[in-house]
Amino acid sequence: MSAEINLTLKVWRQAGPNADGRFVTYEASGISTDASFLEMLDIVNERLIEAGEEPIVFESDCREGICGTCGLMINGQAHGPQKGTATCQLHMRSFSDGDHIVIEPWRATSFPVLRDLAVDRRAMDAIIGAGGYISVNTGAAPDANLTPVPKETADTAFDAAACIGCGACVAACPNSAAQLFTAAKVQHLNLLPQGQAQRWARTEAMVETMEAFFGSCTNHGECEEACPKEIPIDFIAWTNRDYIKAKVKNRKLAG
Amino acid sequence: MLGSLDARIPAGSLDSKWTDHKFSMRLVNPNNKRRFDVIVVGSGLAGAAAAASLGELGYRVKVLTYHDSPRRAHSIAAQGGINAAKNYQNDGDSVYRLFYDTIKGGDYRAREANVYRLAEVSVDIIDQATAQGVPFAREYGGLLDNRSFGGAQVSRTFYARGQTGQQLLLGAYSALMRQVATGTVELHTRSEMLELVMHDGRAVGVVTRDLITGEIVPHSAHAVVLATGGYGNVYFLSTNAKMCNVTAAWRAHRKGALFANPCYTQIHPTCIPASDDFQSKLTLMSESLRNDGRIWVPVAHEDGRAPHEIPDADRDYFLERKYPAFGNLVPRDVASRNAKTVVDEGRGVGPLRNGVYLDFSGAMARDGEAVIRAKYGNLFDMYERITGEDPYTVPMRIYPATHYTMGGLWVDYELMSNVPGLFVMGEANFSDHGANRLGASALMQGLADGYFILPYTIGNYLSDYLGDPALDTSEPVFADAEQAVANEMNRWLSIGGTRSVDHYHRELGKLVWDYIGMARNKTGLEKALSEIPALREEYHRNVRVLGSADTLNQSLEKAGRVADLFELAELMARDALTREESCGGHFREEHQTTDGEAMRDDENFTHVAAWEWNGEGTPQTRHREELEFENVELTQRSYK
Repeated sequence: MSAEINLTLKVWRQAGPNADGRFVTYEASGISTDASFLEMLDIVNERLIEAGEEPIVFESDCREGICGTCGLMINGQAHGPQKGTATCQLHMRSFSDGDHIVIEPWRATSFPVLRDLAVDRRAMDAIIGAGGYISVNTGAAPDANLTPVPKETADTAFDAAACIGCGACVAACPNSAAQLFTAAKVQHLNLLPQGQAQRWARTEAMVETMEAFFGSCTNHGECEEACPKEIPIDFIAWTNRDYIKAKVKNRKLAG
Repeated sequence: MLGSLDARIPAGSLDSKWTDHKFSMRLVNPNNKRRFDVIVVGSGLAGAAAAASLGELGYRVKVLTYHDSPRRAHSIAAQGGINAAKNYQNDGDSVYRLFYDTIKGGDYRAREANVYRLAEVSVDIIDQATAQGVPFAREYGGLLDNRSFGGAQVSRTFYARGQTGQQLLLGAYSALMRQVATGTVELHTRSEMLELVMHDGRAVGVVTRDLITGEIVPHSAHAVVLATGGYGNVYFLSTNAKMCNVTAAWRAHRKGALFANPCYTQIHPTCIPASDDFQSKLTLMSESLRNDGRIWVPVAHEDGRAPHEIPDADRDYFLERKYPAFGNLVPRDVASRNAKTVVDEGRGVGPLRNGVYLDFSGAMARDGEAVIRAKYGNLFDMYERITGEDPYTVPMRIYPATHYTMGGLWVDYELMSNVPGLFVMGEANFSDHGANRLGASALMQGLADGYFILPYTIGNYLSDYLGDPALDTSEPVFADAEQAVANEMNRWLSIGGTRSVDHYHRELGKLVWDYIGMARNKTGLEKALSEIPALREEYHRNVRVLGSADTLNQSLEKAGRVADLFELAELMARDALTREESCGGHFREEHQTTDGEAMRDDENFTHVAAWEWNGEGTPQTRHREELEFENVELTQRSYK
């Protein structure tokens, strides 16, 4: 059943990319437990505007947990306390009356803060551009049923492809590594028969582009815990295997 | 002045029009393609697919999106699937049947030639997506699986769990990023188009605002392609993403592009009912759930019993009762209207009595919970996260919500608007769904337009301008457009009113839902035409936009979008008032059969209404494009 709760928020405010940031405390009173976390922030922002203060900048779009636009550190946890749930799908029934909630942007050098809780995640697009595709020009495709794909393979590829590109894995990682994001895309394509032609080139290019932007993986596993799509770190292991193979194969092919 | 609108539909038999037209269109040779600049606004299925395909062909493409990454576009949220006439199930499907179902589903208010072409290229989309690595659902033999969807009696829907839109968009996005890396496509994220730039009666560019720095930037090109989605957020509460808006299309409308059939809006039957005033959006539960879920309400009014306490004899499976042939799989407009009827009768369920049950207990008893979990697990999880109720043990509660808009900018057969050089694709145009879209057809249309139609037709336009450079951005038309954007920003910031943009958006949404929602009538529409302008006047006088124009300022972004929605809402009311018939998603209470079904007036309304902007404060002029049906006989849609 729904109830109303009162909360104290400590929110990171930062006027711009080069400005100094600080925590500002807001009282959020009379919040329904049926509200989503972002609807709670909507309410706080309405009240700020009425009081003549600029609202808190935070990003969201679909509010269905699929577009990957939203993402907040909530009490130090990427996307908050509910497992397998993006910030927009987190509801206030996960909190209790009187709670203090610390709200921060994703914390990673590769995700510079733009304003308040909004960050720049373009480095992730660069990793996709490095090889996160199968090169097939429009019109060149054979009949879709020409190549059977075992159901298990298709399902596992899907488990990887479910990544929404939110960046929670990076934010949760003590090293700010993007291994889970990268491995999810590498393995989605490397598992499928359609992805074999570029498997080794893709793996090397994507991993090395990732290393140029992000920290390195030291197997903490925080990324899997934070991932709203619960993508397993097995994909990282498989990508490490593919990367070693790729370094050999790409050299052999080149020579 | 415009005469009767000519869609430039090629002559010939239905099944040869597109093939013949592809041959007769002029080509741009490969070396010359790199001398043409094309701007694509929007990076959803249509935009990403077109930009990638044009880049592959060798055009110089610029993609503008207000998202932080092209992958965020709202196509990503489509759940259920994509139709294609592959007939892999051997159940009697064909290009003609998909064409026929789409024309009938659209209540005979779409162009035959466009819809046939859509059905024709649907099969290529599945091939293309599969080759890109889109992980469609498969059978144990490794071949592609299909399911059935509303408005069809064959299984032609391809799907990727409940995330088909996500997987198709990631496919198009990966193709786009390949071109970005190659250098054929220049990607501008966080860039919102705020003006269309015209020169000599043609579209020659756009002006954007950088959402981070506030910088106003001119972009010049030989052609401008809009793929900017629909306007469902005019209702405030809808299944659309929060940022979806009509601004790019509306700014083009204000520069002369005709806006067609704005009153054709689709209310999706299976959404989670609103729970309170703070609700920021409504969440869709895929229509595919209607394959296995049974929709019912109690027979008795205000039955207070829990669902499991209500025996079958006291339940009304109203869709199965009224439409035995299609049952729970009737098209969206029919399902939505019937849900509204039973809720209005006082037979709604849930704490606010604003829903109907969607019950899986029969399917779970028949197939086992594991099968249902495999098919719909992610949807059930999402439902539980939002409502706090477990749909494996308690029936889901659903209610209709705005989901898609069939209306949009008018385009001809080549997807060009009446403004030369301005092309419009996907949900932003009006072309293929008539008065009602069938499920799993939006993804099909977006990708058909982007991959397989526009890349051909744009060459036919561009070939006239070979050798002409794109207009220099130092020309006065660009300076004027930049100044207009700067003035607009200053205007919002200087109003200094008392209420937020969201406050007015919410109020607007209530008016539009009440008067231009699932059922419309003359009195309500006339009220809308007086109340919407009054609220708009207050908005422009009393909105409060804080901060400045040279930073990330979300209130400022929204201010312009909501202003455009106000103008659109008024046009929707005018369009709905003028269309004195019921068809598809447009249900006029004055025009219904004795048993409450939509009653068309084919004699007077077998046409597209396309509205021409006449300047602020003057109502638009209504133009007509007559719809010719040479292959399909117009009948009253029956799903009984």
